[in-house]
Amino acid sequence: MKRSPDAQIRSSRAKSREVWHSAGVSRLRSTRTALLLAALFTTPAAAQTVAITGGTVALGDGSAPIEGGTVVVRDGRVVGAGSGVAVPAGAQVVDATGKWVTPGIVAGFSRLGIVEVDGVAPTNDASARNTPWSAAIDIAPAINPRATPIAINRAAGVTRAIVSPGSAATMFAGQGALIDLGADMDAVTRARAFQFVEFGETGAAGAGGSRPAAFLQFRNALKSAQRYARNPAGYDGDSKDAFLPTADAEALVPVVEGRVPLLVHVERGVDILNVIDLRREFPALKLVLVGASEGWTVAGQIASSGVPVIASALNDLPDSFETLAATQSNIGRMKAAGVKVSIGTINDDEARMAKRATQYAGNLVALQKVPGAAGLDWGQAFAAITSGPAEAVGLGGEIGSLRAGRRADVVIWDGDPLELASTPTRVWIDGVEQPLENRQTKLRDRYRTATDGALPKAYER
Amino acid sequence: MALCKRNVIALAVGLSLAACAKGGAAPKSASAEKAPPPKENPYPSTYRPYPGAPTVIRGATVFDGEGARIENGVVFFSEGKVTAIGGADTAIPEGATVIDGTGKWVTPGIIDIHSHLGDYASPGVQAHSDGNEATSPVTAQVWAEHSVWPQDPGFSRALANGGITTLQILPGSANLFGGRTVTLKNVPARTMQGMKFPDAPYGLKMACGENPKRVYGGRNQQPSTRMGNIAVNRQTWAKATEYKNKRAAGKEQARDMAMDTLADVLEGKINVHNHCYRADEMAIVIDMAKEFGYKVASFQHAVEGYKIADLLRENDICAAMWADWYGFKMESYDAVNENIPLVHNAGACAIVHSDDANGIQRLNQEAAKALADGRRIGINVSDEIAWTWLSYNPARAMGIADRTGSLKPGKMADVVLWNGNPFSVYTRPEKVWIDGALLYDANDPKRRPVSDFELGQPGEGDPK
Repeated sequence: MKRSPDAQIRSSRAKSREVWHSAGVSRLRSTRTALLLAALFTTPAAAQTVAITGGTVALGDGSAPIEGGTVVVRDGRVVGAGSGVAVPAGAQVVDATGKWVTPGIVAGFSRLGIVEVDGVAPTNDASARNTPWSAAIDIAPAINPRATPIAINRAAGVTRAIVSPGSAATMFAGQGALIDLGADMDAVTRARAFQFVEFGETGAAGAGGSRPAAFLQFRNALKSAQRYARNPAGYDGDSKDAFLPTADAEALVPVVEGRVPLLVHVERGVDILNVIDLRREFPALKLVLVGASEGWTVAGQIASSGVPVIASALNDLPDSFETLAATQSNIGRMKAAGVKVSIGTINDDEARMAKRATQYAGNLVALQKVPGAAGLDWGQAFAAITSGPAEAVGLGGEIGSLRAGRRADVVIWDGDPLELASTPTRVWIDGVEQPLENRQTKLRDRYRTATDGALPKAYER
Repeated sequence: MALCKRNVIALAVGLSLAACAKGGAAPKSASAEKAPPPKENPYPSTYRPYPGAPTVIRGATVFDGEGARIENGVVFFSEGKVTAIGGADTAIPEGATVIDGTGKWVTPGIIDIHSHLGDYASPGVQAHSDGNEATSPVTAQVWAEHSVWPQDPGFSRALANGGITTLQILPGSANLFGGRTVTLKNVPARTMQGMKFPDAPYGLKMACGENPKRVYGGRNQQPSTRMGNIAVNRQTWAKATEYKNKRAAGKEQARDMAMDTLADVLEGKINVHNHCYRADEMAIVIDMAKEFGYKVASFQHAVEGYKIADLLRENDICAAMWADWYGFKMESYDAVNENIPLVHNAGACAIVHSDDANGIQRLNQEAAKALADGRRIGINVSDEIAWTWLSYNPARAMGIADRTGSLKPGKMADVVLWNGNPFSVYTRPEKVWIDGALLYDANDPKRRPVSDFELGQPGEGDPK
């Protein structure tokens, strides 16, 4: 999806020109700042038993909201949620009357925590063009819990994110992670949670310039991984002209053996079918489609394949020749056809704007009132930004809903979380209450009136 | 064919070649030597309103666009113009089509002051990249209208999903002087002229900050710094001042298309819309405008507008802003979600803009987010006042507020009927009229435009 040409003047290559100082100097500076911030940081309250009562509770599993429900969490996990849930003795009781209580939002596909400012290359760890490796790249060490988008999205109710590297050197981007957005240094919930690969136009470009070249690169890479798995010592991947470096072959073993999901960015209808067909040759592949703007045109085939989809919610323009059939009804139509579909943001400010998930989901509810369009009901829409993406990557047992046993990522909202006017009032991650202020709220408070006071603005905080 | 010498001169000063073609006869008088004045409006609008039935919407909540709210209101329009607006007791003329708006909202059509539809059309292939003449930092001679592709499918999405009835297409921000803007009615047409808002003033797009210095600095050209940006700006304004003075005095000079535009700015005929993020840079632009005697109508993006909201008010400059987009580049790093309400609250003119083919479909939602963020810090703007950010304020900055942007009798009947409160995420346009013609109806697939590009493609005619 293209974004604001004027702001960015549509030049992705220009990005590298924005940097005038060496990356080394810049990193040294940010390390010093980080140490300073660590000294000032206050530790959140310890985990304990909390009962949140009286609110409208949405479980995040697709069911309708429950009025006057109770949510109980203990030791970082959900004990129970819904109506008729008893408040344990000794629990800290939080009155949520008039408010909504939900699981935290799960950013279905994002680059949260690996980018500070997109246009400032040393702060952008999303992709690496000048490296011999691709599939082996592990995004986990790039996750910076203190990246400002983490705090900003946390304040908007996003508590977990599926974070993917971007492709650059080849069609394979590398291994993504599931993270939490807590105010601590332990952000990675699961490293190497999936592999991400580009098919379609981007994949074709990464593989040398055509779709068949991409399918060939993919098949060759997976066969190399199988060869590596059979005989690691005999694998010749360290010579400069090897088709797949050893590290990449090793990283693709769990993919070809179906032990980690393979997230595949694909948009065009026939590309989707061809990707699903890859399972004939590699039956163990655990495919997850990302983007899928033309998914509705082949919804029946996706549904019968059982492959989950993390789709762009509101793309409705033929932004490229692989999204000619794009419509906001895409998700609604796939859902109606039985596809396991949720919402993600690919090529859509995914380093910073995961917080739009609630607005996107609300828009899908709005489509129910548009004749000829297909949307989601409220419960389905909310599941598409909570349990949906969690289940797509096989982590629905851990996060994404308020079912018993899930991690206690809980948000209290001042109204319907999908409405534009609503905002979180309290947020817990793993049962730990989180701070909601960030540099945006501090700037806002400093400039509540623009004029200087007795001293310059620099003294106001 | 041999060129006669006079032809070369004629080309240089913009004279017609007719005299030479007629055989190179010597001029009969001194007056024939002198160039005729340049045509004031060489690419005139051919837009004509489509026919519409006299229509009454009754029972709806009405925002008039200038800050008034009418519950259970009546809006009557006929012959392309708003005829009457009032409460439930407003007389309903015989023979009018009457629409029951109970539970619905009626507003003026939304006006996007910042769009690149047609100039960066979908599909976004290189062949459609017509928005930045990034070959020189000063390209005041280009006109955005000469890049507009009327078949951009984005226009129809903006109409059906966004309730956009008027939009300004700007050149991009690679250049300090990007060129002339054009104002369009969001009515499909075969030509750009067929969409052109009749007699809307032109705008001049300028840009501050990172983009010009990056684009040209990257080529080791001027400007490569912010001070370089201002230096090139000042040199250009000085040249334009000289050109304007000569032009006003009727002195002979070679016609310069860039200088024509800038002289028109200096004479107050063209509005300046200046892309600028940072507070400190906007303050410098304000002084530069005073130095050369022109007026900035609006700052575009104005991500740090909240830091100088007082300056915006004192200098009567509108700020066109996003609700919450931030952090994609260094100069957008200090964005706050309350920018729009903070600017409004300081008494300055706030506008919600898109700069985006997707965002333009949800400007009402952007306003709603900003409104709520403002209320949470105690800036209690009513819904009906907030609608001024979406129609009347952009119309003011674009110089068309006397004709559209609010539902006042005599103004263009650019009207949206929403199927609920337009500040709710669950609401969409149900019907959109432009100059009184029904051009979108959610209930009638025949009232949904489909561009040439989309014919015969998968999903043709979808609600989208």
